[in-house]
Amino acid sequence: MFRLWSTIKKDVRILTRDKVGLALMFLMPVVLAIVITSVQNGTFEMVNDNKVPIVLFNKDGGEASKELVAAMEKTGMFEIAPQTSPTDEAGIKKLMHDNDAMLAIVIPEKYSADVQSRAKNVSEKALVTLVEEDSTHTKAPAADSLTPLTLYYHPVLQQSFRKSVDGAMSSVLQVVQSKYIVQELYFNINNQPIPDSVENQIVGQQTAITQIPVSRDGNRNVPNASQHNIPAWTVFAMFFIVISLGSSIVREKRSGSFIRLRTLPTHFGVAMISKQITYICITFLQAVVIFTLGVLLFPLIGLPQLNLPQDIGGLLLVTFISGWCATSFALCVGTWAGTQEQANGIGAVSIVLMAAIGGVLVPAFAMPSSFVYIMKLSPLHWCLEAYYGLFLEGGRLGDIMMNIIPLLVITLIFQMLAWWGLKRKGLIQ
Amino acid sequence: MAAAIHIQNLSFSYGEQNVLNQLDLTVQPGERFGLFGPNGAGKTTLMSIITGLVKYHTGTVQIQGLEVKDNSTAVKKIIGFVPQDFSFYQELSPVENLSFFGAWAGLNAQKIKEKTTELLQVMALDHVKNKPVQHFSGGMKRRVNLAIAVMANPGIVILDEPTVGVDVQTRHAIIDYLKQLNNGGTTLLYTSHQLHEAEDLCNRFALMDEGRILVNDSLENLLQQHHQAGLEGLFLQLTGRAYRH
Repeated sequence: MFRLWSTIKKDVRILTRDKVGLALMFLMPVVLAIVITSVQNGTFEMVNDNKVPIVLFNKDGGEASKELVAAMEKTGMFEIAPQTSPTDEAGIKKLMHDNDAMLAIVIPEKYSADVQSRAKNVSEKALVTLVEEDSTHTKAPAADSLTPLTLYYHPVLQQSFRKSVDGAMSSVLQVVQSKYIVQELYFNINNQPIPDSVENQIVGQQTAITQIPVSRDGNRNVPNASQHNIPAWTVFAMFFIVISLGSSIVREKRSGSFIRLRTLPTHFGVAMISKQITYICITFLQAVVIFTLGVLLFPLIGLPQLNLPQDIGGLLLVTFISGWCATSFALCVGTWAGTQEQANGIGAVSIVLMAAIGGVLVPAFAMPSSFVYIMKLSPLHWCLEAYYGLFLEGGRLGDIMMNIIPLLVITLIFQMLAWWGLKRKGLIQ
Repeated sequence: MAAAIHIQNLSFSYGEQNVLNQLDLTVQPGERFGLFGPNGAGKTTLMSIITGLVKYHTGTVQIQGLEVKDNSTAVKKIIGFVPQDFSFYQELSPVENLSFFGAWAGLNAQKIKEKTTELLQVMALDHVKNKPVQHFSGGMKRRVNLAIAVMANPGIVILDEPTVGVDVQTRHAIIDYLKQLNNGGTTLLYTSHQLHEAEDLCNRFALMDEGRILVNDSLENLLQQHHQAGLEGLFLQLTGRAYRH
């Protein structure tokens, strides 16, 4: 035990004297978590809370177009900047830049007339159907068509976001057109204008949608960008210790101190166990630092606060197993790499790849179906799923066991590969 | 009393290349034994086998009567090894290095403290005991390298070029310390290309080439038998003047 303790002290001393390595292990994930959360939070707020700035050029000015604008405002989705001066495409681009708008919409000149004409035609068609058997009504309705609205958008807008704007606009257009059709129909049938109360009943009242985030603990808080990003970048940071630990093992192998250790009456496994204990503690510390910043610092800098899961025991266990898996991977890389350059290169590239396929860089649900199986090979995927089970779904340890078991299996594979490498290279008997 | 080192019929090869060929060698307790030979003679392989770094399958290698391959841990307690390369942690201070390697040599905390204090004084490293070794001169690093090897009072110290790259003062200090250690009963197995230094330190010599011991005797006897005035002349006479790989 004294030998193990002496070895841990040695490893900690070497680690704490590597200032650049420490900065890489602690500052990098903090910076990543803050930057990515800020960016994603901005997007979330733009979509969820803030209104989308949109430049509006109403060439029509008629009643229907005014009602269309009013309906757009009523959705709460758009911050409308009305423009009056006639413009072409270049002018619209300039207006978008001037107004910092991501979208611009042009209502054509004959919009109101078209809507009214169409309402009349549809109404007539409906009446033809109603009185078809009544031979007194013989006049055939005219064909109806609408001049399309034009939507300009900034190319950086993602397709999913454009589709949600498209959906909102279709809904608004439908409301305005339905209103006119109902008014026309009612007038044709009753020879008097439709009362507001009836119109509202027909057009205005829609079935409401109640949104509920599915959580295991019954908590109905909407997950924010911090809940998504902090676990993800914590896992990334844990695995990034491969740079420090992997190259540390290679440096020792090549420095001659390993030769000295092998001539001393202590099993070389003690050195490997010490490194694992030291670096598991480091990964734990990384998680504590990042989670603490999420809880205490994020609200101060305008980012959503991280809500810790209810099952703190589960959180500690997931953090421990994730750290052990990361350490085992680094041990494996350090054992098999021949040079520090190899350890750093293989370590960095493999972490980025495993993060990409594991759902850290791109959400798992957004990946192509062909990645479903590949994703499961990445230990980062299982770490992340376990954390999400606690942070996003409000689960407890029992709920995430199916994520912990594969993680343990991968960890044991890394361990076996590392020990096999040590044996093959003659570092242990 | 068993020989400090007793090797019989030892053969070893790396793949197709024979490095040691039916080698026999005995080092008696308390000797200052010098092992010499040109590059590629097999000295490093032989020392690696004695220290347990390399496994052998043919022949016998005994340390104080213990077969190395069957008594690895016990043999490691007897031997202190000074590798040619600096074999310690450059980021750590001499105190930290000695504490760590002392623990690995099997010493307890009290013994480590006592030996560290003693060795830092003997090696004149007391004034830099808490500074990282990476900032030391070559001579100071050599002394740290040696101090680590003798932390646990080994019965046999194996030295692979312990003075390479150091100044005259440090070399003399190291040789004097090794003689002092030997006077206390420690057996030394020394290898170097510094033949004048070897003449000063060793009281028995073996010259090896192509994996065999060519001669093995006291310096006086060897010089007399081969009509040479010094070890260098004897070395060239027995191993030739051609380049070695």
